[in-house]
Amino acid sequence: MSATEVWKSAAEVDEVIRRMGEELGGLLSARAIRQPLMIGIHTGGVWVAERLHRALGLREPLGQLDISFYRDDFTRIGMHPQVRPSDLPVGLDDRHVVLVDDVLQTGRTIRAALNVLFDYGRPASVLLATLAERDGRELPIEPNLVGLHVRLAPGEQIKLTGPDPLVLVRATHRLGGANGGLS
Amino acid sequence: MTTSAVQLDAEGNLRHFLTLDGLSRTLLTEMLDRTEGFLSVARQAVKKVPLCRGKIVANLFFETSTRTRTTFELAAKRLSADVLNLNISTSATAKGETLLDTLRNLEAMHVDMFVVRHADSGAAHFIAAHADPHVAVINAGDGRHSHPTQGMLDMFTIRQHKGDFTHLCVAIVGDVLHSRVARSELSALRTLGAGEVRIIAPRTLIPVHAEALGARVFHDLREGVRDADVVIMLRLQRERMRGALLPSEHEYFQLFGLTEERLATAKPDAIVMHPGPINRGVEMDSQVADGPRSVILEQVSNGIAVRMAVMSMCIGTQNLRAAGQADG
Repeated sequence: MSATEVWKSAAEVDEVIRRMGEELGGLLSARAIRQPLMIGIHTGGVWVAERLHRALGLREPLGQLDISFYRDDFTRIGMHPQVRPSDLPVGLDDRHVVLVDDVLQTGRTIRAALNVLFDYGRPASVLLATLAERDGRELPIEPNLVGLHVRLAPGEQIKLTGPDPLVLVRATHRLGGANGGLS
Repeated sequence: MTTSAVQLDAEGNLRHFLTLDGLSRTLLTEMLDRTEGFLSVARQAVKKVPLCRGKIVANLFFETSTRTRTTFELAAKRLSADVLNLNISTSATAKGETLLDTLRNLEAMHVDMFVVRHADSGAAHFIAAHADPHVAVINAGDGRHSHPTQGMLDMFTIRQHKGDFTHLCVAIVGDVLHSRVARSELSALRTLGAGEVRIIAPRTLIPVHAEALGARVFHDLREGVRDADVVIMLRLQRERMRGALLPSEHEYFQLFGLTEERLATAKPDAIVMHPGPINRGVEMDSQVADGPRSVILEQVSNGIAVRMAVMSMCIGTQNLRAAGQADG
C-alpha cells in the first residue's frame, strides 16, 4: 500500500534546477573548469542533466549512464527489468565530469555509477550534483551540489517523475516500509 | 516434464536455456532488449561488468567448437564470472566416467552454470534434469535438436537491421535436415511473428514435416530468395550426413550456392547471414560472404552480448530462488 502526492510542482522543480545551474556555473568557474563533461544517471538523473546541460550551454553531448550491471543487489533481487545502454559519446580520460542524479539516499547508486565511469576511463575529477538529497546514507558519499535537502519519516520516499514536466512526488509506504535500497 | 517446462521456474523466469520452443514472445523480446544493454559493454575501456562476480561457469564441450565456445567464454568473462573450459571428449569420458559422474564432480566444485554442447539431441536437457537445483544449464548446441543462443543472436541481428519482424520475409537456405540452428531460428521466427519464412534446399536435406515448422518450401534458390529481406545460409554438415544425400559439394554449389547474381532477386537491402564456419565455394562464394550485404561478423559480435544476456538472466533468477528458499 502506498499513497503518493505531489511534493514539488513542475514550476518549483524548474526553479530548483535553474538555481542549481547558476550554482554549478559558479562551482565550475571557482575550479577553473571550462568545458565539463555532463553525465546523467538513468532515468531521472538524465532528465535533470538535460536541463542543466542546456542551462550551462555545454557544447559536447550529454552522457547517459545505466548502472544496472553494477548494482550491489543483483544477487539479491535480480536484474533491473529495464536496462538501457550506457552512452558516453566523449572519452572520459583526463576530463572533468559532472555526474547528475535525481534523488540521493543510500549512496549505492553513486558508488555503482563511479565504478561504471572508471571502467570507461580515468576522469580528472568528478563532481556530484543531485536534485534532492535525503537522509539514509549507507556509504560515505556526499554531493557537491544539491537542489533540495529533505528529511523524511520512515517509509516515506520521494521520486522524480518526468521527463516533461518534472515533478517530485512523495510516496508513503504503510506496510513494511522497505524501499528499493538503491537511491 | 517437457523441456520448455524444465527451463522456467514457478514464476516463469528463465532458469535454464535449453530450447526456444515453448518460450513466449514476451520472454524472447525481453532477452533481445537486455542484449541491447550488454552491447555497450564492448565500448568500455574495461570490457567487464561485475554482475556475475564470484560465479563459476563451466564450458562442457563434448563436441568441438571454436566460435561458440570462445564467445561463451568471453561473455562469462565480461560478466566477471570465472570460467572453466572442459574438453570432455579428451578427458574423463575417455577414461570411462559417465556423464552424471562428471556432473557430480563439477557440482562438488560449486560450479553455478554449465554451458553444454553435445552431439546427442537432448543432452543439455538430460543434464538440466539431473543437475542440482542451484545449477543453471545453457544449451550450446545438442545434436540436430537446438542451438538457442545462436537462434537468438540471429534474431537480434535481424532486429538490429530490420526492426519489426511482422513484415519480414526470411529465407533459410541449405542443410535444414541436420541443422539445430535452423530449428532454433524457425522456432524463434514463429514466436516473434515473422511475416513469411521459407526453407530452400534439395529434397534430401529437408525434414519430412517441414511445412509443420511454419515454413514454405522451395527447391529453387532464385525463386526462394525472391523479395526476401533476410537470407540465412546454413553450413553443409558433412559430418552428420550418413548415406548419399548429395552428389558432391561442387554440384551443391551449382544449385544452392549463394552468389551475387542469385541474390539479385532478393530485396536490394536484404542482409545475408551464416552461423559459421563458412565453407566458401560450397554454401556461398567469397564475394557474397565478404560483400556489403553480409552481416556474418556482426553475428559473431552480437553473439557475445546475447550470451551475456542469457547468462545473467539465468544467474539472476538463480539468486532469487535461493533467497526465496532462505526466506521460506
